[in-house]
Amino acid sequence: MSQNETQEEKVPNIDVERDVGNFSYQTTYDYDAGKGLTEATIDYICDVKGEPDWMREFRKKALKVFNDKPIPLGWASEDLKTIDLDRISYYMAKGRPTRSWDEVPEEIKQTFERLGVPEKERAFLAGVEAQFDSESSYSSMKEELFKQGVIFVSSSEGLMKYPEIFRPWFGKVIPIGDNKYSALNSAVFSGGSFIYIPKGVKLKQPLQAYFRINAEEMGQFERTLIIADEGSEMMYMEGCTAPQYETSSLHSAVVELVALKGAKIQYVTVQNWSSNVFNLVTKRGLALEDAEIRWIDCNIGSRLTMKYPAVVLRGERARGEVLSIALAHDGQHQDTGSKMIHAADHTSSNIISKSISIGKGRASYRGMVQMPRHLKHCKNNTECDALLINTNSRTDTYPAITVRGEGNSVQHEASVSKVSEEQIFYMQQRGIPEAEAMSLAVNGFVNDLVREFPMEYSVELRRLIDLEMEGSVG
Amino acid sequence: MDKSQSLLGDAVFETHLKSLRDMPDWLIELKKEAWVRYKALPFPVRKNEMWRFAHVDGLALDDFVHDDTQGKRECELLICDCGADLNFSDDAHVGGKTLSEELAKAGVLFMPLELAIREHPELVRKHLFERMPDMGSEKYQALHVALFSTGVFLYVPRGVQVELPLQSVHSATREGGSVFPHTLVVAEEGASVTLFDIFRSSKENIRHFACAAADIYATAGANVRYRLVQAWSGNALAFHLNSATAGAQSVVDAITINIGGAHIRGEQHGRIIGKGGEVIMNSLSLARGKQEIDQRTLQTHDAEDGHSDLLYKNVLLDQAHTIFSGLIRVAEGAQRTDAYQTNRNLLLSPDAESDSLPGLEILANDVKCSHGSSTGQLDDEQLFYMLARGIPRRQAQELLVFGFFEEIIAKIGNPHMADYVRQLLQDSFSLQ
Repeated sequence: MSQNETQEEKVPNIDVERDVGNFSYQTTYDYDAGKGLTEATIDYICDVKGEPDWMREFRKKALKVFNDKPIPLGWASEDLKTIDLDRISYYMAKGRPTRSWDEVPEEIKQTFERLGVPEKERAFLAGVEAQFDSESSYSSMKEELFKQGVIFVSSSEGLMKYPEIFRPWFGKVIPIGDNKYSALNSAVFSGGSFIYIPKGVKLKQPLQAYFRINAEEMGQFERTLIIADEGSEMMYMEGCTAPQYETSSLHSAVVELVALKGAKIQYVTVQNWSSNVFNLVTKRGLALEDAEIRWIDCNIGSRLTMKYPAVVLRGERARGEVLSIALAHDGQHQDTGSKMIHAADHTSSNIISKSISIGKGRASYRGMVQMPRHLKHCKNNTECDALLINTNSRTDTYPAITVRGEGNSVQHEASVSKVSEEQIFYMQQRGIPEAEAMSLAVNGFVNDLVREFPMEYSVELRRLIDLEMEGSVG
Repeated sequence: MDKSQSLLGDAVFETHLKSLRDMPDWLIELKKEAWVRYKALPFPVRKNEMWRFAHVDGLALDDFVHDDTQGKRECELLICDCGADLNFSDDAHVGGKTLSEELAKAGVLFMPLELAIREHPELVRKHLFERMPDMGSEKYQALHVALFSTGVFLYVPRGVQVELPLQSVHSATREGGSVFPHTLVVAEEGASVTLFDIFRSSKENIRHFACAAADIYATAGANVRYRLVQAWSGNALAFHLNSATAGAQSVVDAITINIGGAHIRGEQHGRIIGKGGEVIMNSLSLARGKQEIDQRTLQTHDAEDGHSDLLYKNVLLDQAHTIFSGLIRVAEGAQRTDAYQTNRNLLLSPDAESDSLPGLEILANDVKCSHGSSTGQLDDEQLFYMLARGIPRRQAQELLVFGFFEEIIAKIGNPHMADYVRQLLQDSFSLQ
């Protein structure tokens, strides 16, 4: 704690930067399920939240699946074995979900202020859903959205208040048994967002949520479900920072998107957990006829991230897209990628992934594209580019492409390169120091993807890249 | 078929050991260890990443036997004017033309492997089974070591250029039988040689098992061209577990032509172990019926300034299934590596399935690496162009497929060999 406080003094400016996450406040938790995971933990969570019986059954079933599934060590990082699941707290909540700013506890407000969350974003954003530990501690929504029938609440509130919309889709895009960590999330999830956009409503401004871990050895298991009804359009933004701790934290979210006929969903993530966090996330969207789902995903922080946003193209002419940037520094492994499951004729998908490995950092791309037998005229395009900064940096690419059917076509390309000496030399000739030249070159490498992010995110991203590049040359 | 000689029982190995004549102790030991390993290792399961997408049900070997009695000369195939040829039938050397006096004088060796083991043990032993594959087929490789009885040994001494290509033909003739042909090529410093290695069955429909292995070694500055034609019967289960090792400034240029087999598993490991070494790996496969052609490749760069280039092209008809799984692995410190990997699949039937897993693992930063994979159909415009000129659809398709394959055929570098491959493709097409 004392170390964190000294760091705090050294950083007088309040900006949303990676270092700003490196502090924490002593908080006392009103609800604490204790450490370890048993049926009793689940009963405790259900009792505190006052959840209906079907949810209790769902959670218990998920716990069983989680316990039965082995750690996926055949292909995944050995590092997964170091997660000690018995030392994690599965549920903690500070107070109840609040709606007005005044009700938010003082120390939590302080944390947000240090992160520069609400003041900065309020004017721009339509609604703020900020999660502090397990429960949504602050949420607000603009009047006009409410009038249009948009629902933007925590997932717990969603399941209690809107079961008729929530329940039919919950756990349908990502079933409990999809993988070990989605089962874990299904068993103990709390927090996250539930969003419903009614027919034909097109949101002009993005909805946003900030997540933050603030307890040692505390797992964070948020669960988000977004349903965009026919012809609606929306963008959701998610950003993360976490304080640094000595023992590893586990973050295992599940995000389900449903784009009904003709709907469009864009889901933007900037992940910047501190470098001791295991970030094992399952994200998948279901796109019906003429719908479009885009995942825009940027991974900068964490110790190990395993995240492969997916789109199931269920309706004809549906479109799926994943744009991904990963930055892996010393001690980090960004294991990211994408899955495109074609399940209707004339569907198309696009994956563009760019990764940068610095020092001993390792960036991996893992992809899956499937076109089954009965389909016609589906298209996929995948591009993976990797940039290696130092001599011992590492990158991997592991795509798997299965094609059957008629008139389907798939293209996959990947390349690995380093920053060209000529580029650096050119800039140095013009008086730009080497480190800055390197930063510029790296920013140039990801530029076309960064442009896809909303404005203030792209500014923040560039700044984060500069910060990460510091000291990586020479 | 003598059921007591099943590949699953110990009797077959005992019979095999008794059949060996004048083999050195080290080889017998090697075989005994391999048999123990073969028995201990599990059969592949699909959950294993190295067998992803593969059909593993037919790999249990329960309906194959092995017979060590002398085979009969089966075919008189000579593709071109060869420097020499070796003819094998059911794992027995049955004839062929010997090397010219000039080459023999220069120290070139081109002989059945068991003869080489007896006469030149020091040359053979250095590389024989030096590399143990780790690409999924360890069990089958162990069986190969345990039961192989002959194969090709080609040795080219320092600085010797063998102008005319050399040829070997391995035939399998026994229904329910098994063959384990082995090929070992060693080219010393600055040597140059071409080998055509042809694998075939005596009849179109016999069902048999083949587990072949070919290891090519090019020492500094050497140049080896290796052309493999796999034309087993349409009912054969066959493994080809090959490697190409390039020393400093040497080139191994390997081409694999897959035409036959019911279920083919190919593993090809290109290894760059000397500075500036180069490995070229090309393949074309025509998969038809219910055929499965499962090819796994590995390009490992363990030295600086290495170059590797891979192009695997598949054409799929009917309910055929192809798998291409490739990996480029650049070790830490293997700077200035150039490595490329391309897989192209042409699907001519809605029931065919192509799986492509092009992978990269790069641990050095000053490299140029890329891979590409594409899967699609014949170009509609090109097809239309031909239809508009009165060419029937089938013929037009065939022409376009040949165009697709020509990129590989052109790399064979010998017009007679190229014509032979074209003819095999033509025959395979006309079977439709």
